[in-house]
Amino acid sequence: MIAEVKNLTFTYGKQPPVFENFNLKIQRGETVSIIGPSGCGKTTLLHLMAGLLRPKSGKIVIAGSPVFRPRPQTGLVFQDHGLLPWATVLDNALLGFRIRSFYGPDGRHALEESRTDKDEAMRRVNRWLIKLGIDSLINKYPAQLSRGQRQRTAIARTLALEPDILLMDEPFSALDAAIRENLYDLVMKIHRESALTVIIVTHNIDEAIQMGKKILVLRGSSNRQSHYIENHIAGLSDYQNRPEFKILRKELRVLLNE
Amino acid sequence: MKHGMKITTTGTGLLMFLVIWQLLAWIIHRPILPSPAEVLPIFFRLLFGELGLHMAASAGRVVSAISLALIIAVPAGLVLGQSRSLNRIFEPLIAIIYPIPKIVFLPVIYLLLGISDLSKIFLIAIIIFFQVLVVVRDEAANLHRELILSVRSLGAGRRGLFRFVYLPATLPAILTSLRVSVGTAIAVLFIAEQSLTTHGLGYYIIVETYQVLRYPEMYAGILAMGFLGVTLYFIINRFEFYFNRHLRLDDE
Repeated sequence: MIAEVKNLTFTYGKQPPVFENFNLKIQRGETVSIIGPSGCGKTTLLHLMAGLLRPKSGKIVIAGSPVFRPRPQTGLVFQDHGLLPWATVLDNALLGFRIRSFYGPDGRHALEESRTDKDEAMRRVNRWLIKLGIDSLINKYPAQLSRGQRQRTAIARTLALEPDILLMDEPFSALDAAIRENLYDLVMKIHRESALTVIIVTHNIDEAIQMGKKILVLRGSSNRQSHYIENHIAGLSDYQNRPEFKILRKELRVLLNE
Repeated sequence: MKHGMKITTTGTGLLMFLVIWQLLAWIIHRPILPSPAEVLPIFFRLLFGELGLHMAASAGRVVSAISLALIIAVPAGLVLGQSRSLNRIFEPLIAIIYPIPKIVFLPVIYLLLGISDLSKIFLIAIIIFFQVLVVVRDEAANLHRELILSVRSLGAGRRGLFRFVYLPATLPAILTSLRVSVGTAIAVLFIAEQSLTTHGLGYYIIVETYQVLRYPEMYAGILAMGFLGVTLYFIINRFEFYFNRHLRLDDE
């Protein structure tokens, strides 16, 4: 098991709790889609797991240790705006390593044992830039890129740090269908190759089915228990033609509309 | 300014300035407007003597004031930009003080801080302070939340965010506001130096030359003050040009 949410309670200010005694378990190497309408707390859950927010009570354990702050081995990709506008693709992709060397291997901001020298950082970043097909753009600024290219840069930046868990918050919703398909395939390929645990937040039912071997449905304002749906057609190239697809889709619609 | 000023542009401008000056000197033809041919040799001779010392005093005051203003305005602007509640408290006060011509505080500063270099430096510093404070605050407040979160998720804490996000995000605006306010700063310095001191270009131009009718020396002093302003402007402009590359993408 890589991630466990135990008795999580979380509230924004004086509003009713978003999560109340919420529990969740995620196995290593799984892909999990988190789906729900806006305001259901799916992004909140992701931020809690990323250590960007703190639970009011309960705890989140990732790879055996409770999360109090962003941990170096957790990767996070946002929908947009995650890149530094004043830095080139290369500088953006190197940002994680720059931050690590800025702090040194202190165990808080960077891993304790790992000290990546500049050449090694460059090699790792380059490998991902090539893999994501953006190695010819290294001197461009984010404003000169398409949305798809920007998202590839953000993914390269995150994966170059070799995370053991990848959290994605609506990473493809601003993209055109063709580019979206292409990036789905890419992420699923990376997942298969490295057994990376991928958690993806989405409001799109098809996307949830395509990406998540497990689909977590969040529904209301106070989430108490997790509705987990097993999904055996995730990651298949012809998932839309499988008989299960329509059944799953219907099931999810019903759950989301309740 | 979109493009960095080129050397040739500067040279042409200087040449045109001297030509017009020379023409005016011929037309007016009185001791109150000596020609550049008369003033320039005096300027260069005095530059390595008393004029140089006065210029160093003025430059020292301006540079100290800029440093003092930046040291306080940048962190204060970052704090206000990040904290909505603090900004709500201070915003009305800043909005009121911001447009006041700070030179009217000159006597107050003399009374409170005494007649010293510090008073003059402080006066210029508050001019620059408010310009920089406001732009840093606004730039910091306009940063996307997702940008901050994603950099935090890469491991950056408070220091890391300052180094990798807030500083580079605000630097171009800081430099622009500095470039714009340095002219006002020197103008105020000129006035502040006319009394209660015995060094500085303002003192030299008014007390040592103008009031005793040493016109060529007075023009040399004016040249020195102009030179000081232009030099600071170009230094800041150079930095600005370097740090706002990403804002000039259309030019490439």
